[in-house]
Amino acid sequence: MTPTLQLFLIVSAALFCVGLLAALSRRHAIFILIGIEMMLAAAGLNFIAFWRFGPQPAPPNGVMVTIFAIAIAAAEAAVGLALVIAAYRHYRTTNVDQLDQLKG
Amino acid sequence: MSNGIIAHLWLIPAVPLAASLVILSLANTQGTAAAAVAVGGQVIALLFALAAFAQTLATPGYRAFQNFTWFTFGEQSLRLGFVLDPLAAVMLVMITFVSLWIFVFSVGYMAADRNFTRFFAYLSFFSAAMLGVVIANSLLLLFICWELVGLASYLLIGFWIHKPSAAAAAKKAFITTRIGDLGFFLGMLWLYDRSGTLLFYDGGGGCIEHAGLVSLGASATFIALLIFCGAVGKSGQFPLHVWLPDAMEGPTPVSALIHAATMVAAGVFLVARTYPLFSFGAVHGVTPSLTVVVWIGVVTALISAFIALGQFDIKRILAYSTISQLGLMMVSLGVGGVAAGILHLLAHGFFKALLFLGSGSVIHGCHEEQDIRRMGGLRGLMPVTFATYAIGMMALSGVPLFFAGAWTKEDILHATSEWPASRVPHYLMLLGVVLTALYMTRQMIYVFFGQRRAAAEHAHESPSVMTLPLIVLATCVVLFSAVLTPAWPWLHRYLSGERAVFHLAQLIQPALLLALVFVALGIGLGIAIYRRAAESDPVENASPALFRFLENRMWLDELYDGTVLALARALSRASDLLDRYFWDGLARGVGLIGRWLGRLTKGFDEHAINAGANDAAGLARGFGRILSLRHSGQVQTYLGVIALGMLALLLLYAWLI
Amino acid sequence: MAHLITGLLFIPLLGALFLSVVPRNYARAIALGSNLITALLALTLWRHFDPAATGLQMVGRHLWVPAIGAEYLVGIDGLSLLLVLLISLVFPFAFLAEKMGRRFCALMLVMQAALYGTFTAQNFILWFLFYEMSLVPSFLLIKGWGSAKRDRAATKFFLYTFLGSVAMLLSFLGIYLLRGSFDFSTLAALGKGGLVAGNLRWLIFAGIFLGLAVKVPLFPFHTWLPDAYEAAPTGVSMVLTGALSKMGVYGFIRLLLPLFPNETRIVGPWLLGLAVCSIVFASLAAWAQSDLKRMVAYLSINHLGYCMLGLFAVTATAAVPAKESQAALSGVFLQIFNHGITAAALFYFVGLLEQRRGARGLNDFGGLMQRTPLLCAWMSVAMFSSLGLPGLNGFVSEFLIFKGSFALAAGYTATAVLGLLLTAIVFLRAMQLLFSGPLTERVSDFPDLRLGERWIAVPVTLLMFAIGIYPQFLFSIFNSTVVQIGRLLG
Repeated sequence: MTPTLQLFLIVSAALFCVGLLAALSRRHAIFILIGIEMMLAAAGLNFIAFWRFGPQPAPPNGVMVTIFAIAIAAAEAAVGLALVIAAYRHYRTTNVDQLDQLKG
Repeated sequence: MSNGIIAHLWLIPAVPLAASLVILSLANTQGTAAAAVAVGGQVIALLFALAAFAQTLATPGYRAFQNFTWFTFGEQSLRLGFVLDPLAAVMLVMITFVSLWIFVFSVGYMAADRNFTRFFAYLSFFSAAMLGVVIANSLLLLFICWELVGLASYLLIGFWIHKPSAAAAAKKAFITTRIGDLGFFLGMLWLYDRSGTLLFYDGGGGCIEHAGLVSLGASATFIALLIFCGAVGKSGQFPLHVWLPDAMEGPTPVSALIHAATMVAAGVFLVARTYPLFSFGAVHGVTPSLTVVVWIGVVTALISAFIALGQFDIKRILAYSTISQLGLMMVSLGVGGVAAGILHLLAHGFFKALLFLGSGSVIHGCHEEQDIRRMGGLRGLMPVTFATYAIGMMALSGVPLFFAGAWTKEDILHATSEWPASRVPHYLMLLGVVLTALYMTRQMIYVFFGQRRAAAEHAHESPSVMTLPLIVLATCVVLFSAVLTPAWPWLHRYLSGERAVFHLAQLIQPALLLALVFVALGIGLGIAIYRRAAESDPVENASPALFRFLENRMWLDELYDGTVLALARALSRASDLLDRYFWDGLARGVGLIGRWLGRLTKGFDEHAINAGANDAAGLARGFGRILSLRHSGQVQTYLGVIALGMLALLLLYAWLI
Repeated sequence: MAHLITGLLFIPLLGALFLSVVPRNYARAIALGSNLITALLALTLWRHFDPAATGLQMVGRHLWVPAIGAEYLVGIDGLSLLLVLLISLVFPFAFLAEKMGRRFCALMLVMQAALYGTFTAQNFILWFLFYEMSLVPSFLLIKGWGSAKRDRAATKFFLYTFLGSVAMLLSFLGIYLLRGSFDFSTLAALGKGGLVAGNLRWLIFAGIFLGLAVKVPLFPFHTWLPDAYEAAPTGVSMVLTGALSKMGVYGFIRLLLPLFPNETRIVGPWLLGLAVCSIVFASLAAWAQSDLKRMVAYLSINHLGYCMLGLFAVTATAAVPAKESQAALSGVFLQIFNHGITAAALFYFVGLLEQRRGARGLNDFGGLMQRTPLLCAWMSVAMFSSLGLPGLNGFVSEFLIFKGSFALAAGYTATAVLGLLLTAIVFLRAMQLLFSGPLTERVSDFPDLRLGERWIAVPVTLLMFAIGIYPQFLFSIFNSTVVQIGRLLG
């Protein structure tokens, strides 16, 4: 079985759906964060796939953007985790249902 | 034209000026040095003046001048200059000589004053300024020195500045003379405008030389009259004479200096110097401007002679006599007797200095008493003062033969008798002669004869530093007459640029006899009236109302105070009030309009513009409030909505394709 | 050489900035140091100035905001140099007169820079910038350090002058729209042929006239002045009268008269009338004052009235003979300088009296001469200079003004001469009330001039004598400028 674009797109879509489901259904903030990271990974995979199966030889745009996105995602995860810890310290919970201070 | 002395003429005023500056830098304690510098400066100035005088004797009608550029402005320059002619020369000698003896006298008179040095600085400055007036060859330079003379008189009259009356008198002198000076200033501007120069002599191009006069045309009369205003102020002519009697508030040597050598002489000198302006276009020696001069002189001479009869202050009597004599000089100038007027000015300089110094000696001897009613019988106690005073009195009254004043007065009477326009001034001047003899006799009797009254009890003769100037001046008064007689009118001829010839037969003139009669009349009348003078005046006893009128100086001061001064003060107050309330009110009114407009726009802003904006803002806020209800604060709800939105977009995309 | 002028503009500003970082006690030293530098610059300017040349010298020119015709254009002619010298003289004098803190000194320095700018700028935008820049510090100085009634006085001062400025600015915008230039010399060259046509010219003329007349001030726009001078602290009064009041006269010479010669001629009699009113009414009002500062303030109006008389006499008549216009203009220029130092000196002496007595009413003193002869003597010199006594500076300039204007407008001049009499009355009255009479209790413990005060008073007084006796050194500065401006206006 040769790798085709379709295959990558299906994997990527699945990964995205799993991430979305996790982000929507879990109540724990850290799991939501993990879900978001999964969606980001799906997007990265998409990029790489389109680059790899695009017209050859292509400049390494897709790889560059993805590497960049991963680096930022790492930073974002760090900030996200710090926020979660800060919220936990303040509210003694990580249940997002109870963190509704931004209610209009 | 500049040879010899003329190049150094400026030194004559410069030396006293330098002396004045040196003295100002001395400390109050260095009185001796100050007096030495002042007297020394005056001696040097006198020597220079004599040298200058000697130079003028070389040729009849000698005239030398030297002009220089003061400064250049734009593309033109302003030139000043010095002139030496007989008129300047005799004035130089008279001023330096008389000033010198007044300075010497002051050494004794002011010995006890704590501002002794300052006094001598002012005196030197006064003399310097007056010398500057005399040698100026430019009306502007003359005006500059003229104003400095005014300043010096202001400083000296107000010398005893702790006395409010002295300060008031000084102010009055300065301001009254400045009123006249305004006329002078305008006349000068006009002259400058017309002739293009203010130099008197400039090798034919000067303003009082023929070409300059022709360019003036008809305006010469007005210019002359305006310049005469200055002379009226300075020389105490009616109606600006009121400052002169008040100037007696200064120390007596100052009075002597003002009345004899400087200040008042300046006015007469000014008219003599600018005489071509006055006489330009004369018909038989009469011009409108000269006629005005004559009548002003006549009025002044008579008014002040009458007022002198009603005064009790020894110096005030002399002050009014000065005004009267100045009037006489003006009359003389007006009728064409320029030389006679100047001669009388010179003679007057000598004997009036003598009289003032004599009165100073009397005042000093009577311990600062000035009221003649409290004197009397001083003849025996102060013999030197008495003898010299008597000489001065006779010279002033015009007692013939041996006294300078008599010959000059006779000369003037002669000149008035020949005035073609009218004989009235002549008769009135004869009346003036009688009055002069009368009031001087009155003063002599009150001071030196009769009983010794209060202040005379402890009187004493003055020290020799004060009597020496009296003796010198008295001698001069007598000796001076030698060059004045009609038999050998040397000085008269010298002034008019001719040579004198000796004619003994000319000695006795009709005018002399006439004068003799009138002087005798005056003195006789005086003796008859005042023989039994006591605390109260015989005239006062006979006619109190008349005497009050004279004693209060014909209420002229009160008249001025009630009219001109009151008007000026009212104007000043009015303009202050106008400023404070009207103009400022007007400005404030504009401000109020502005504020009212501001209110209006503020109302418009609040109710029209702001209201609309507020409504819009309220609308947005209400909408926002509704929308904000959708915000549950649940992160996952938001996320879900986002996911749904994305799905919807996907579907839309698919459908569109 | 233009950098010298630029230096004049920026050194006071730098000094003001520097003031904010130094300790309070050094404020005056810094200010004086800055003044020393600017004075040296001004003297260098004078040294390199060519008195024989006509036109602007040491011109510095840079583009600034081309879109609105704004240029950095500075340069001096004789008149500008004279005023630069005057400012370099008056400001140190004012700083020495009063010991003040940092903010005061900084504001004064800003004002100084603005004044240098006003008198050297040759482009309207730049000129106007400096012109307005001087207004703010003076407002703050009066409001912050003034005596009683300072708020009212400061506000009044600001509103009056600002209103005038706005009118002037609008007029100049109008001119720019019509003629496309803000350059003084370009506009002046157009002036003879009519800068603006139709009735609009009167509106524009009136706007500029209003702005300048308020600044001078000319009767009847003068009512802000007595209040402002009265309320201002000594140093500020000195600067206001010594330097700031010259801006109006300068503006007339530089702007209004060259730009609108025909219009000025038409309304000439009215302008002359206003000048005469300034002279006579101000001196009359001065007579009625009992506050020394207010009195001097009114006389300041009177003295500037002489300047206006001379200027309007030159412009009011057609075909003026060159010698008369030169006499009047020379007199006006010299009077600007003379009034600057004399009036500043008068305020200085009033300040000394106020410092000693704590009051400055004419009736609060008496018999001073016996207690403080030196103070009285030097103050009298300033007073005599102000009343135009020959031998002192005032006489020379007043004589020349009257000489020129008498030939051109005899009737007005004859009336204006009354001012000479009235000023004499005012000053002699003041001297009588202050100096003479018995020594009163109130002044019995007065100290005479201290050493430092003597060092301030004496040079200024000597300068008055120097100008009065040998004015040539000042005339040399502006003789060719006088000829040039005379041609422009006459």
